Amino acid sequence: MGDWKNICKDKDTRPKEQTYSSWKDLPPIPICFPAHASDTGSWRTNRPVTDYTKCTKCGFCFLYCPEGTIHEGEDGYYHIEYDYCKGCGVCANECPVKCISMILESDVQEEKMND
Amino acid sequence: MTKVESEFEGVHLLKGNFAAAYAARAARVQVVTAFPITPQTLIVEKISDLVDSGKMNCEFIRMESEHSVMAALVGASIAGARTYTGTSGQGLLYMAEPVHWAAGTRLPMVMSIASRGIAPPWNIWADFSDVMSQRDSGWLIQLNSTHQEIYDSVLMGYKITEDPEVMLPLMAAYGGFILSHTSKPVDMPPQSEIDSFLPEIPEKGWDHIFLDADRPMMHGALVMPGDFYQEFRMKIHLAQLRAKEKIKVVTKEFKEKFGRDYGNGLFYEYKTSDAEYIMINYGEIAKQMELTIDTLRNEGYNVGMINLRTYRPFPSEELIEKVKHAKILGVVDRATAFGSPTGGPVSSDVRAALQTSSETRNLSIIPFINGLGGRDVFPEEQREQFEILFHVLDKGEYPKNKDLMHATYWTGTIDRRST
Repeated sequence: MGDWKNICKDKDTRPKEQTYSSWKDLPPIPICFPAHASDTGSWRTNRPVTDYTKCTKCGFCFLYCPEGTIHEGEDGYYHIEYDYCKGCGVCANECPVKCISMILESDVQEEKMND
Repeated sequence: MTKVESEFEGVHLLKGNFAAAYAARAARVQVVTAFPITPQTLIVEKISDLVDSGKMNCEFIRMESEHSVMAALVGASIAGARTYTGTSGQGLLYMAEPVHWAAGTRLPMVMSIASRGIAPPWNIWADFSDVMSQRDSGWLIQLNSTHQEIYDSVLMGYKITEDPEVMLPLMAAYGGFILSHTSKPVDMPPQSEIDSFLPEIPEKGWDHIFLDADRPMMHGALVMPGDFYQEFRMKIHLAQLRAKEKIKVVTKEFKEKFGRDYGNGLFYEYKTSDAEYIMINYGEIAKQMELTIDTLRNEGYNVGMINLRTYRPFPSEELIEKVKHAKILGVVDRATAFGSPTGGPVSSDVRAALQTSSETRNLSIIPFINGLGGRDVFPEEQREQFEILFHVLDKGEYPKNKDLMHATYWTGTIDRRST
């Protein structure tokens, strides 16, 4: 069998990278380490932006996010991981104090360029 | 021996579907998902009964459709469980998308198919067009002729599919109602012997795919055209070819342990050693054809039959070896492959396979299609099929006044015109 059996080892002892040069070394099915996810944040049209002056740290956005891209920071506030947030807007809709606004990604880019 | 055990041991009069359910129990399957569809329903009902009365220890999940049945079974199998289900006709067609997923994920599962005709027009009786629709899915496909074989195919199935060199699912099909709802004595070995025959289920899941928080993995993701997609498809075909040898080995082990003979596992022969006229047939009508062969042998005809057990992987080399001495070959299909070279799936494959050897390249092959949608095929009709072979070989021409379509005979068709 090929090197693919190394992937069956636990997190600490499996190799950092999988490389295949021929189909003969391949596992029976395509498998890879879960860290290699695509940059799904680039699909986003609207970006959720939190106004932390209004945020009550209730955690609703964290609970409702269907992609698991919202995490509690050390400061107790919830931060959005823009690499993976697809901009669905569920957090903005569910926020009880309406502190999350959805801003067009093109507007965010312009703001950045103006800075 | 406890009273409960005796129900599952020794010779019992069983419906074909019950034989399938009892075999699943004997194989100690851990997850069964099911949706009832005629004529498979009795499998589901029996397993439901057995689980309810505590006689079978498995997770039995009633799903909302066949598509969900296979989707859930794929999930259970990825988690490392031994899985089982059954379906029929339209149910298998509805299941088609995750059926391919199961083979592509290389999951070892066994599915019993009580085969029935495809609608429209609505039909629930024996016809193998349903399994034939999945012939290119990557599943191993077997066709059963007897009640005992239904039981044995499930047991052997787990040993074949769970082999690390194979890792492909298997469907074992038998004619709806003709085998599924009739009863015959089925000999069930003691549980301890079945346990020692079957492989152990790996504790930490299959080698290539598992659900384990300590060993997280991503699978089934997108593969771009420039990456290994073609290569993964090659591996499925390669595993199919390896399965051929594994089926032979398991069938031999089964014979040594339980005494029942299924030939080389790919097909079994009936009086072919000196036969000049050989018929390739499958399913319950193949078993019945043995009677016709006995009758014709008594009349002095050198006839024989190959009962095709394994359709995928297709036993090309093995068939060539057995039919090369024949003078003419017939292939009987109880299934359709519309628009194919012969109209029948197996006859098309036999023609393609025999083309690969100089010893069989010039052999005349007469395809037959019969018994569609559960239409009875009586010995008289099977005799008529052999007589067509005699006529072609002796007279060098195809007999007229029969339903001949592009060199294929459709026998048993209705013609009530007054002549």
